[in-house]
Amino acid sequence: MAEPLFSVRGLKVALPDMTRKPLIGRAPLAEILKGLDFDLPKGSVTGIVGESGSGKSTLGRALVRLIEPSAGSISFEGRDISRLSEAELRPLRRDLQMIFQDPMSSLNPRHTIFNIIAAPLRQNGLGDRLKERVAEALQRVGLPQSFASRYRHELSGGQRQRVGIARALALSPKFVLADEIVSGLDVSTQAQILTLLEKLAAEMGLTVAFISHDLSVIRRLCQQVIVMREGRIVEASATDALFENPKETYTRDLLAAIPLPEIDPDWLRPTPRQAGVDHSIIKL
Amino acid sequence: MDEASVARGGLAPRLWLAGGWLLLALVAAIFAPLIAPQDPLAQDLMLERLPPFWLDGAEPGYWLGTDSLGRDLLSRLIFGGRIAFIVAFAAATSACLLGSALGLIAGYFGGWPDRIISRIVDVWMAFPPVLFAILLVAVLGTGLSSVILAIAIIDWTRFCRVIRAEAMSQARMDYVESARIAGYGRMGIMLREVLPNVLPSVVALLSLEMGIAVIVEAILSFVNLSISTDDPTWGSIIAEGRLSIHQAWWVLVFPLITLILTVLSFSQFGEALKARFDPVLR
Amino acid sequence: MSANREPCLDIRGLSAVLANGQRVLRSVSLAVQPGEVRALVGESGAGKTMIGKAVLGVLPKSVRIVEGEMLIEGEDLGRLDPKARRTLIGARTALIPQDPLTALNPSRRIGPQMTDRLVRILGWNTERADKRIRQLLDEVQIRDPERVLKSYPHELSGGMRQRVLIAAAFAAEPRLIVADEPTTALDVTVQKQILRLIAQLQRDHGTAILFVTHDLGVVAKISQKVSVLYAGKVVEEADTEALFAAPQHPYTRALMTATPRYTDPYASLKPVDESVLAGLTAEIAAADQAWRPGHG
Repeated sequence: MAEPLFSVRGLKVALPDMTRKPLIGRAPLAEILKGLDFDLPKGSVTGIVGESGSGKSTLGRALVRLIEPSAGSISFEGRDISRLSEAELRPLRRDLQMIFQDPMSSLNPRHTIFNIIAAPLRQNGLGDRLKERVAEALQRVGLPQSFASRYRHELSGGQRQRVGIARALALSPKFVLADEIVSGLDVSTQAQILTLLEKLAAEMGLTVAFISHDLSVIRRLCQQVIVMREGRIVEASATDALFENPKETYTRDLLAAIPLPEIDPDWLRPTPRQAGVDHSIIKL
Repeated sequence: MDEASVARGGLAPRLWLAGGWLLLALVAAIFAPLIAPQDPLAQDLMLERLPPFWLDGAEPGYWLGTDSLGRDLLSRLIFGGRIAFIVAFAAATSACLLGSALGLIAGYFGGWPDRIISRIVDVWMAFPPVLFAILLVAVLGTGLSSVILAIAIIDWTRFCRVIRAEAMSQARMDYVESARIAGYGRMGIMLREVLPNVLPSVVALLSLEMGIAVIVEAILSFVNLSISTDDPTWGSIIAEGRLSIHQAWWVLVFPLITLILTVLSFSQFGEALKARFDPVLR
Repeated sequence: MSANREPCLDIRGLSAVLANGQRVLRSVSLAVQPGEVRALVGESGAGKTMIGKAVLGVLPKSVRIVEGEMLIEGEDLGRLDPKARRTLIGARTALIPQDPLTALNPSRRIGPQMTDRLVRILGWNTERADKRIRQLLDEVQIRDPERVLKSYPHELSGGMRQRVLIAAAFAAEPRLIVADEPTTALDVTVQKQILRLIAQLQRDHGTAILFVTHDLGVVAKISQKVSVLYAGKVVEEADTEALFAAPQHPYTRALMTATPRYTDPYASLKPVDESVLAGLTAEIAAADQAWRPGHG
């Protein structure tokens, strides 16, 4: 395998738990990630899958250092970035980009599309030939040039997500975090956005961490998969191996729970193991 | 788009009526020496308590009548508008700048800056505002600048509370995180991403606050704590009018109408402006 | 199902417009037979939720029905006065909502919220309502009813809240349940359990369900009949089995190939062809051309 772009060892993240915050004083910390080890090979697309509360989004945010880990190391191109300050991170931002889940909230309603795509360019010393670069970014994601002067509310959901991709890729980063980028879109639009990302990642040789709750999407897009549950890695392997021969029960349960668009009268019948209540999943 | 344009169409009359009145009053105040038919301070006991023009006994040139000292009411109202507008603009702008800046910092940065600023706001709001104003002017001494200062010191909290809440909800938006990913620092994000989104509220509040400043100034004048008694202000005219209500109702009624129209226009103008900005958000 | 039985829900040529005259439902017709699950599937803006709201009589004020009839067990809703309509809808139908958290009042315990409807709308006494609710909680496999009844909504997990709402929906023995994307907010493993519960209760109680969803996978598993919607128009209607065996309309076929399948990654997730969308636009335009609001 290619040498890793990211190498993560013993990664732990603890965040304040606001549900247990006392009336006075600080909220106690809750450990969201409980020691993760994995590599992201250069130029690969890695799927990170899990249900709510698995910590997959927290993991993504730790990789691009929107949050600081409480323990462990994240080395990016051989350099540990887990403890860098905001100022020290700034030169690295150019290579660590992100596409957000909700394109509505990730685009500022008061800025034109041009200004939104230009922002990372301006901030990273690429402010020259700005018009040209923004035009190139729009073209890359298949949006007409006239969109540069528009605002968020004048775009459809799919078009907004294209702008999100254009912004993330304008800097030609080494790494892109894609956090549930199609979960808010209709299936027809979803397919467009995913094929676009697939094509661009291959063309630009991007390393991508693709966070999703949808294993079907991950199978198509990713070369390797990390399955997470409650802050731990359950199973991590090459995509085909994981889908054809899942080793862990949890992975098998996840796969079995996906309602495929095909008739299967047995799907809703309780399997022997699942008869009654599966107490591992129901929490009071 | 359809709904937005419908809303815009419905707002237009409000915007134009309120804006029109404010413009008229402002122009009259600025060019008062040219427009006012009489000298607002000229007393003429021969002309005392002249009624407005449509009543018997009115004199040409004294459109709204005269007060008990024979001073022309219209001219006094026009000159009084000068002080009202100076106070409105200066006091509201200062309160706005101070309050919005603190609110933005508290809301966006959170943590200890927020705790300190919010505590101060809580303490501030515990004082009854009018009493607070009277107290401040008593300490600072009367005069135009103390009135302005008093209103700014009291009313900055109004801006601070609203802008803090808005900045907090803005700070949770993904575009704020996105700006961090783009390499912006905290200050840059606050000015580039958060400020433009709270601006409509700032503008609406600013306009509302101008109306409030006009009222506060009128109240201070009414209790004789504002500007020197020579210069006419709407509050002092109302105070004098109150004394002669049975002989000359117009001396009380016209300044009251002027005051109410102005205050109402300020608040309506602000709301309409905000709504006008808002379709961008949908 | 015999043909001469009266449908549980019969919608005939329902059209609705927004205040600006834009059509949002385009002569929708569909029937749900007693004890049958009918899926309404479509993308956002297809009007599938709106049909559910129309049946329950909770359309937003901005939407106006201009044409068509809705019959619940043969009774024409349009001919009833508002009060009689509310009573009929309250007695014969129920809703399983999309978001179980906002559907429950956060400041009241689960128990009274569940019994309230039985007591107020159906006029049961508290004892009977309470007994019934416990019975249903058992049916949705809640093993600890005492604790759940005393809980506040935020103390339960998403799946648990949805179980509570399913129990509440079935408690009054409605003839028809509108399920509006009831599993969209849930994780897949929980979704499967919830779908299983809905299917089981539906069979046991013989309730008809109008199941609104955007997910063809869910359609395949839960429904016997399906209506595919686009822009407020039913573009295809079929037995679920037949639809998945041989989808007729190009849009249905496009939706099927766009839906990702991990079993067949390269045959799925195909973007919808431009010609399909152009065809749909033309179809809608032609339908609107021929349509005269309030004819006859």
